[in-house]
Amino acid sequence: MTEHSPEFKHHVGHHFTDAEQEFNANKFGFWLFLATEVLMFGGLFVAYAVFSNLYPEMWAAASGHLDRIMGGSNTVVLIVSSLTMALAVRASQTDNRKATIVFLVCTLALAATFMVIKYFEYSAKFEHGLLPGQWYTPHGPDTPAQGNLFFGLYFMTTGLHGIHVLAGMVAISWLLRKAVKGQFSSRWYTPVEIVGLYWHLVDLVWIYLFPLYYLV
Amino acid sequence: MASQAETLDRIEKPNYLTVTHGLKSWLTTQDHKRIGLMYLGSVSAAFLIGGLMALLVRLELIAPGETIMTSTTYNQIFTLHGIIMIFLFIIPSIPAALGNFLMPIMVGAKDVAFPRLNLASYYLWVAGAVFTLAAIISGGVDTGWTFYTPQSIRQSGSILWMGFGIFILGFSSIFTGLNFLVTMHKLRAPGIGWFDMPLFCWAIYGTALIQILATPVLAITLLLLASEKIFQVGVFNPALGGDPVLFQHFFWFYSHPAVYIMILPGMGIISETITAFSRKHIFGYRFVAFSSLAIAVLGFLVWGHHMFVSAESEFSTMIFSFLTFFVAIPSAIKIFNWTATMYKGSIDLSTPMLYTLSFLFLFSIGGLTGVFLGALSVDVHVHDTYFVVAHFHYVMMGGTVMAFLAGLFYWWPKMFGRMYNESVARVGAVLVFLGFNVTFLTQFVLGSKGMPRRYYDYLEQFQPLNQMSTFGSWILGLGLILSAWCLLRAVRHGKRVGANPWGATGIEWRTPSPPPLENFEGEPEIPYGPYDYHVMYGGAAKGDHT
Repeated sequence: MTEHSPEFKHHVGHHFTDAEQEFNANKFGFWLFLATEVLMFGGLFVAYAVFSNLYPEMWAAASGHLDRIMGGSNTVVLIVSSLTMALAVRASQTDNRKATIVFLVCTLALAATFMVIKYFEYSAKFEHGLLPGQWYTPHGPDTPAQGNLFFGLYFMTTGLHGIHVLAGMVAISWLLRKAVKGQFSSRWYTPVEIVGLYWHLVDLVWIYLFPLYYLV
Repeated sequence: MASQAETLDRIEKPNYLTVTHGLKSWLTTQDHKRIGLMYLGSVSAAFLIGGLMALLVRLELIAPGETIMTSTTYNQIFTLHGIIMIFLFIIPSIPAALGNFLMPIMVGAKDVAFPRLNLASYYLWVAGAVFTLAAIISGGVDTGWTFYTPQSIRQSGSILWMGFGIFILGFSSIFTGLNFLVTMHKLRAPGIGWFDMPLFCWAIYGTALIQILATPVLAITLLLLASEKIFQVGVFNPALGGDPVLFQHFFWFYSHPAVYIMILPGMGIISETITAFSRKHIFGYRFVAFSSLAIAVLGFLVWGHHMFVSAESEFSTMIFSFLTFFVAIPSAIKIFNWTATMYKGSIDLSTPMLYTLSFLFLFSIGGLTGVFLGALSVDVHVHDTYFVVAHFHYVMMGGTVMAFLAGLFYWWPKMFGRMYNESVARVGAVLVFLGFNVTFLTQFVLGSKGMPRRYYDYLEQFQPLNQMSTFGSWILGLGLILSAWCLLRAVRHGKRVGANPWGATGIEWRTPSPPPLENFEGEPEIPYGPYDYHVMYGGAAKGDHT
């Protein structure tokens, strides 16, 4: 306990009876929010299913133009970041302030790595004209004539996922600031827990997204 | 009703309206009751604007050909009417205004689970409203409220403003639903179990489920629509290999459940008022409670019935038609249980009860004509005619708005501690009922004779009925204005009332009117259940109790 700043004490909201009720409410509320996220991405996955059935050959040909090495390494990066996030949650629950900070920094760094790889991946697609709509001007071998739809959906889905990664980075930085100030303890670690849940969802979406777009 | 001691008590102790003062204390409040009132004011303003648009549409249709506006303006105005009424008024109306005010009190909580998120939802509504209405200035949208592609992709940039506005409104709706669901799960007072909750809360629960599960699909649909317009992604654009019918699937996957977001809370209000003004325990509490959940679940399985003529396969139209008939079952359970509640009750025809009875009549007509539309052979005939317009308005206006008015007149004394003028209110209720029927009953006839919906012009032979409908809209408008005036006047000049002016059993009537900041003075007392009129009146209430 010595590691925590002694003056900080989390105050339970006036409308809750105790800290446990508050924690349960927050966590349940966040699970509901995650449900909305799943349904939002669900729409994009439905669109994927519809068009991959409608144009199976174009789909397979266009999918071959995605970089499996970059996509695969991003998958590894995200899975490891999920692990470090889980470790950060554990550390905050066990009053280990130093470990909380270290694991949060690791998670943040891995998230940044993901975005950097994404940047190189997107740039390559831009260069080859593999873009949605009227900007679809492919040059290179075996590019399908109607790949605009594939790449339209690819950019929509990975783009929305990327925005979620960025939002996660903001949230993790916010946690980091609080952790440095020593605000988390075994008595109050709700934000770490909740951002952790969010981060696992971001990871999970990618785990479905990667095989669907890169491997089929 | 109020004893002198009670009156003195009220003057001394501050209530939620008097505890702090000034505009800032309202704009930054986290009290669910104040946020509820702010919603009430805002959605009522939206209802007024949407209502004026409706009067303009009806006025244009008083005669064939151009009457007061060009066809382009007409298309933009009926689009705005639909969008304002649906996204700005009816979806947030009962849950965000009355639900916000009442649900936490009904479960014995001091506030909703996330008061700051509640305030944020309100401001999201305001931002969404601003963007939606910005579309008027930036050129207007003429797609109707359904935004069907490819028409919507061909619009000017104003569709982006409007789409963005509705995207934001969706988040406001999601956060409200999330907040309410957590409140009911985690913040019920000791002694209030799931089956001790008033049925209004069950209805809000069903609504919140749909808000959380359906609205994200609208969000992604609008994102895809915007990306069609900006990046030409092509998912909905046949010219780029996309599928415009997919848009309809996405849209109705949200918008069909959304009509249950609109009607379920209204049904919740009816369960409260019908028991209070019949002095009877609700007939079949669990059936009414679970039918709300059944409607919420079935609502997700019937979206295809909007697309019977949109290139759906014969097989799927049959499945969707079949499932659509299922929705009639929980709805009928409710109607029958409400009428059974009134049986041998001591019925009091005060204003809220007049609106409640209007609801029963009008919603029954609206619901039954929904069964006509769910039947494939009939739907092919009346699809996209005024029959659909009449059906929809019987359910939404005759159902939800009547229930909303019943709720307003029932809980108004609770919200402001003052009673309105009963005679004026009754005249308003009668005018609304008459005006509504003259306006929309005629449209059933017009539709079955083949007048298409949304058309600017029509054949000579349809004129008498159209004129009648327009006259009806004036009576309806007059009734609504009179009712609004009656309520607003009561805020300052109404007679003061005590905690329980109706002699009702609900827990909200056991706290002072208006309630104190944290809803109850001390722990809420729960001597009997929400509908135990036989206990409250010591067996004096007529009839049996189920």
